[in-house]
Amino acid sequence: MTATITPAPVRRTLTVRAPQARAFLVFTGGFGRWWPAGHSIGKSPQKTAILEPRVGGRWYEIGEDGSQCQWGKVLVFEPPSRIVLAWQIDAEWRFDPDLVTEVEVRFTAEGPDTTRVELEHRHLERLRDAAERARAAFDSPDGWGGILERFAQAAAA
Amino acid sequence: MPIQERLFGALADPTRRQVFERLAAGPRAVGEIARGLPVSRPAVSQHLKVLKDAGLVKDRAEGTRRVYSIDPHGLGAIRAWLDQFWGSALDAFQHEIERDRENEP
Repeated sequence: MTATITPAPVRRTLTVRAPQARAFLVFTGGFGRWWPAGHSIGKSPQKTAILEPRVGGRWYEIGEDGSQCQWGKVLVFEPPSRIVLAWQIDAEWRFDPDLVTEVEVRFTAEGPDTTRVELEHRHLERLRDAAERARAAFDSPDGWGGILERFAQAAAA
Repeated sequence: MPIQERLFGALADPTRRQVFERLAAGPRAVGEIARGLPVSRPAVSQHLKVLKDAGLVKDRAEGTRRVYSIDPHGLGAIRAWLDQFWGSALDAFQHEIERDRENEP
């Protein structure tokens, strides 16, 4: 019997030297210019990443072999102050259309050339729910459970 | 980057990683974890607190002792990873904003 725990959202705040509108624009339209290449779930190395700047738009990566790997979709698009993205990647690093966790990013002007950026990734318990739906997959050797188990074995050896 | 590296990037501190490794081998009380480690018991408690806050380990009372263990099916590992993930993503975003600014006429 596992107790139900609602994990706290992941929260990150930073201040950038840019007007609010430009911070929003670089984050959204300029997504591929800054999204780290290592933040990839595709099998092929990541060539670029795209965030379609509209409600219902997708955010996804394009691999060097031309393959596309979807991360989720745009739920809220309110320039220049707010965007909410659906993160639809499960604990196995696969796109799952039935899984929706939310990443909200708020842009607040602190001055004419300073913007506070607040990111919140919430509803993380849905990752667990999705994992339980696919229990077999979660317990596969590449899943979190499997990784920790192998790690435990290695540590105990 | 292999998932393992992503995950254990959250355990970059070598002592904290040692603490976690000991728990990976099985549940332990603080005293047992601290034994043989080159740091004080309060330091081990501090590492345990960080690991607990990250959701990587859980604890339970057993008599007068507190016993720590990792939770392989918990969300701690993925949450810790996401925290690192967004941290480095936002660093990259900030870097691009500053770089872009320098290129402005």
